[in-house]
Amino acid sequence: MAIFNIFIVSKSGGLIYHYDQANAPMQEVEKTFGFPLDIKLKREGSRVVVAFGQRDGIRLGHSLLSVNGVPLTSGTELQDGRDAFEVIEAKENYPLALKFGRPKATTNEKIVLASMFYPLFALAVQLSPELGSSGIQELETDTFKLHCMQTLTGVKFLVVCDPKQAGVDQLLDKLYELYADFALKNPFYSLEMPIRADLFDQNLQIAIEQIERTGFI
Amino acid sequence: MARLGGRGNLDPKKVSGELFSLTYGALVAQILKDYENVDDVNKQLEKMGYNIGIRMVEDFLCRTSSGKCHDFRDTADKIQLAFKLFLNLSPTVTSWSSTSDEFSLIFDTNPVAEFVELPDHCYNLRYANILAGAIRGALEMVHIEVACWFVQDTLKGDNVTELRIKFLRRIEDSVPPGDD
Repeated sequence: MAIFNIFIVSKSGGLIYHYDQANAPMQEVEKTFGFPLDIKLKREGSRVVVAFGQRDGIRLGHSLLSVNGVPLTSGTELQDGRDAFEVIEAKENYPLALKFGRPKATTNEKIVLASMFYPLFALAVQLSPELGSSGIQELETDTFKLHCMQTLTGVKFLVVCDPKQAGVDQLLDKLYELYADFALKNPFYSLEMPIRADLFDQNLQIAIEQIERTGFI
Repeated sequence: MARLGGRGNLDPKKVSGELFSLTYGALVAQILKDYENVDDVNKQLEKMGYNIGIRMVEDFLCRTSSGKCHDFRDTADKIQLAFKLFLNLSPTVTSWSSTSDEFSLIFDTNPVAEFVELPDHCYNLRYANILAGAIRGALEMVHIEVACWFVQDTLKGDNVTELRIKFLRRIEDSVPPGDD
């Protein structure tokens, strides 16, 4: 059981805090390929992504992380300045060791995701057949469950965790308490701004470890 | 701001009420020195209270897990509860207006002025004005706009300290969806 991510979204919809599982398993696969390449790659946004041909642990949607041990930096460019597509397409470069893995969301992407949840939440309220809907509290898939708690003042706490994780409601209450104590009581913290406080991080870490171990706080 | 009535409580999270009163006294005295004009001091205290209120309300909500107020009488009860929680005081709620949008909190003494005598030149000083600001700030965060002022003060020779709270309007534009 695990807590994957935690987001705190301010009442105006901005991401003010995010936490990623510290020891998240990086599903990376490195494999040596001969020419021609038997999986299809495509450019998606600023990444090189597997479009078709799933095998040996390389799955659709994985993105290219390095070529012959040279990591991709920004977009399709390798660290040594060459373009990844050019390297892959040239026959003389083979055999090639390509490393694939699940891309980690960048901070910018997280901000986008968090602010995307905001209208979704409002939409759920609008769609409700009954008056006085609370908005989305839980969102479940087969690989994770998202729990959301909105306070009366409009701050949202989101916890993404294992579907079987117990005691998430307690964790949400605890998060609120930590926010009230370590963010708001810090005189140098201004409302609606990102929370950068070591004390908050430390106490959050303790709470997460406890809930992952025992299922309650 | 947790306040302790008596002495000798060992709960590390609580602090002596006297320490709190003294700290507040030092603050008021310093502001008075900085501004000289009593009206400015009143304004400044209210503003500081407001800034405390908009943060403190979260502390109150997560500790009491109380729900939304649907009427001003609920609000009055919650304010009373907050005074109990933060200052260990139990003010009386009275003098409701006929439209139920205005009430008074009555304190037997001035809650933060145990050791205070107002000098003559600060007769207009609203010593505990930080409380009025805190109430206004806290309620604003839960979308209720109020006006809050002192009508009587034991520091000025009245029998009781009376804080009047008037409901102005619901703040609609910033109500987050999903909690109506």
